[in-house]
Amino acid sequence: MLSAETIKKIDHEVAKYPADQKQSAVMSALAFAQDEKGWLANETMDFIAHYLGMPAIAVYEVATFYNMYNLQPVGKYKLTVCTNLPCALSGGNDAASRLKQKLGIGFNQTTADGKFTLKEGECMGACGDAPVLLVNNKRMCSFMSDAKIDQLLEELSK
Amino acid sequence: MTNIEIDGKQVSVPPGGTVMDGARQLGIYIPYFCYHKKLSIAANCRMCLVQVEKAPKPMPACSTPAVEGMKVSTHSPMAVASQKGQMEFLLINHPLDCPICDQGGECQLQDLAVGYGASASRYTEPKRVVVNKNLGPLISTDMTRCILCTRCVRFGQEIAGIMELGVAGRGEHSEILTFVGNTVDSELSGNMIDLCPVGALVSKPFRYSARTWELSRRRSVSPHCGLGSNLVVQIKQNRVMRVLPRENEEINECWLSDKDRFSYEGLNSEERLTTPMIKRDGQWQTCDWQSALEFVATGLTAAKEKHGAQSIGALASPHSTVEELYLLQKLVRAMGSGNVDHRLRQSDFRADSQLQGAPWLGMKITEITQLKSALVIGSTLRKDHPLIAQRLRQAVKQGAQLNLINPVDDDLLTKVTNQAMVAPAMMAAMLAQVLQAAAELKAVEIPAAAKNAVNAISVTDGARAIAASLINNKPAAIFLGNLAQHHPHYADIHVLAQHIAQITEASFGVLGEAANSVGAYLAGAVPSASSQTGGSNAAQMLGMSAAAAPCQAYVLLNLEAEFDSHDPQRALKTLAAAELVVMLSAYKRHAASVDYADVLLPIAPFTETSGTFINTEGRVQSFNGVVAPLGEARPAWKVLRVLGNLLQLDGFDYETPEQVRAEIFPADSDVSARLDNRLDGFAVGEIRQTSVGLQRIGEVPIYQADPIVRRAESLQHTHDAAAPLASMPGALLDRLGVQAGDTVKVKQGDGEVLLPAARDDKLPANCVRVASAHPLTMALGAMFGDITVEKL
Repeated sequence: MLSAETIKKIDHEVAKYPADQKQSAVMSALAFAQDEKGWLANETMDFIAHYLGMPAIAVYEVATFYNMYNLQPVGKYKLTVCTNLPCALSGGNDAASRLKQKLGIGFNQTTADGKFTLKEGECMGACGDAPVLLVNNKRMCSFMSDAKIDQLLEELSK
Repeated sequence: MTNIEIDGKQVSVPPGGTVMDGARQLGIYIPYFCYHKKLSIAANCRMCLVQVEKAPKPMPACSTPAVEGMKVSTHSPMAVASQKGQMEFLLINHPLDCPICDQGGECQLQDLAVGYGASASRYTEPKRVVVNKNLGPLISTDMTRCILCTRCVRFGQEIAGIMELGVAGRGEHSEILTFVGNTVDSELSGNMIDLCPVGALVSKPFRYSARTWELSRRRSVSPHCGLGSNLVVQIKQNRVMRVLPRENEEINECWLSDKDRFSYEGLNSEERLTTPMIKRDGQWQTCDWQSALEFVATGLTAAKEKHGAQSIGALASPHSTVEELYLLQKLVRAMGSGNVDHRLRQSDFRADSQLQGAPWLGMKITEITQLKSALVIGSTLRKDHPLIAQRLRQAVKQGAQLNLINPVDDDLLTKVTNQAMVAPAMMAAMLAQVLQAAAELKAVEIPAAAKNAVNAISVTDGARAIAASLINNKPAAIFLGNLAQHHPHYADIHVLAQHIAQITEASFGVLGEAANSVGAYLAGAVPSASSQTGGSNAAQMLGMSAAAAPCQAYVLLNLEAEFDSHDPQRALKTLAAAELVVMLSAYKRHAASVDYADVLLPIAPFTETSGTFINTEGRVQSFNGVVAPLGEARPAWKVLRVLGNLLQLDGFDYETPEQVRAEIFPADSDVSARLDNRLDGFAVGEIRQTSVGLQRIGEVPIYQADPIVRRAESLQHTHDAAAPLASMPGALLDRLGVQAGDTVKVKQGDGEVLLPAARDDKLPANCVRVASAHPLTMALGAMFGDITVEKL
């Protein structure tokens, strides 16, 4: 189901908790699984549930609660734009519009070439840098003016 | 104790107690939805907001710990404003569909909306709609009504032991669902319906059939498992519409197993027998009571004259009432026969004469939760005793160690400390190991009665661990489950378990298989109760023992031998060969292959007769009929009384069931004094760990255990009622060259059936698990007999 390397990473997390509380590692396990597979299919969540000895529905609860987990396949680059209040006051919606216009897609859609998925995000804890967006949950981009968005898309399109 | 003041009244709550606990002690009402005394605190409905002095904000009473000197106001303007505000939030997304909602009239949200809600909503935006889920045949959903109190989720996690429902999503997108559309399969799932404070989870069988205010509520007692759950039976127009739990902290708490809750459908079954019937020339003909009873009386008298009184045998279901069982045994004994028994699924009766009393739980049901160590021997516990399993689960949660010696490794949904999964043939040997280990640990001699058993035994670490668990953790208990009681070496298992209990100073109990397993002993529905006549036991009467000749005339009370006996093959053959078979039954016969009866007397099930059940802890619980008998059906105690009169037997002049009861339990009698699990003087022989051929493990499926539940339609559609499989360990499948899913021919004696093979690697080697008591397997023989499996 998951590669030996991913399992090794999950085991590393599991080792941080008491033996009878393996389920504490569910969030990182899901993240590693998503890194490998790109998204979390039901089978992947079921596998993690068995691996951590917890009910499948409990894994599903976690996976549906946090929007960094992809429950549908996404493009190569998932761009998550914050549209919460502080970002919105500093041009977050403009950044989102720019992306929509440049990519020709709306929120929760993927470009035809499978390269970009656009998501609406929640506060990323960097309101001072607004507007902010995340690339694939890992790379934070701050002060996203139209010019910086164009530059980012150009870089990722290469 | 912490002293706090609520609405000007002083109250002390135990350490760790909350404001809600204090308010409940004082009888002060605080509105709530998510709080439940048996569940963990979630504090997510926020309905119980109260004002606490010096706190800047309203606090939820259910989760605010009581602090010394705290002053709480539950009805201050601030508290009431908070509660009203919260009510408005809860109603934002709640549909206004009370007129078509089954919960209407018994809905907490509806009730509280009357007290705290506004008459009109200020909210004009679109309401959210949540897709309904299919949770199986028992629970109907209307998820838009859900207020996300999560009681159902917490029930699954904490009481049922299996988390089948969860809250997916976040914020406004949260919804209760199962993982990828699974159904809810817990045997306690019906309790979620009771727990749901709104109409999101309602009973599927009951749906749209009545309004709560149209129903009369009558008290009753469950006729199914040995627990004796207390019921509220709700009726409309002389028909049982549904069954709910009647709270009794000492028995079922506020829960009910699905079997107790939904079996009522069997009471209204099409298969109910409503007139007496006599078989003439192979054809069933209806007749009146007079001719049917005269036919029976003539038949029994003729059998007695022709073959002697010992040719008459009476077999009864332990789901019958004490009154019925008492009159049945009185009738056959008055005719001069001692052949009466209720233990049709038992096969080993060797220790009968050494038994000191009626086998029982050995402790109070409530004491199960306090155990620190328990050993359960031979039991499909969750299915046979769903609420006892629940109590053990609570005990384990509080640190108890659960040990198992069992032929099947069914998930008990709790932590098992030590388990020995052994073939049925090895169970006695495993117990002998535990006995030896216990004796070694305590440095005591094994009593002479069990000395031989340990001769050829070498003790394994597993056995040592079980013995140590029982010795080191007190209180401890040993329980014999249904599989142990049906085991062909039950006497050995019983006596070994008794000695283990003695040495480890653990309590010793037998889990009552049926609602009246204890009562049946006390009513005398066992052959040895009357010493003069002795008499045959169930196995002898049904031709399973070579030592005794079967009877010629049978009276069967409330049972169907093809499902309710240890070896249906033999039982059917024996009954077919008998001259007269009288069936007192609530249900018709329809399959020609099992038509051994000559006359059918329609009797009333538990809802249509008064009676008494004695549960597994020895508690005597009497109940009245809640509806009038269907058609011509009559309470069995009346039928037996009239039959006694027709046979001109003495002492059958009862006018009321109370008179029968008074005869069974005289005013100064003490039931508890007659409960005793001890076998006195039964010596177990040497146990050799011999290898044997393929063995059957034939448990009774949960929804096949008695005639009523077999006809409960919705229960028959659950996962637990799935058609039987021939489950085998992988090695055995390979040896037979069979794949899981292939159809195999399963043979026992001269019967064979075709079943799909299934792989279960947790089964002991050389064991085939094939459920008994099922139409698809009734052609097979003994529940634990030799069995052969062939590839097709």
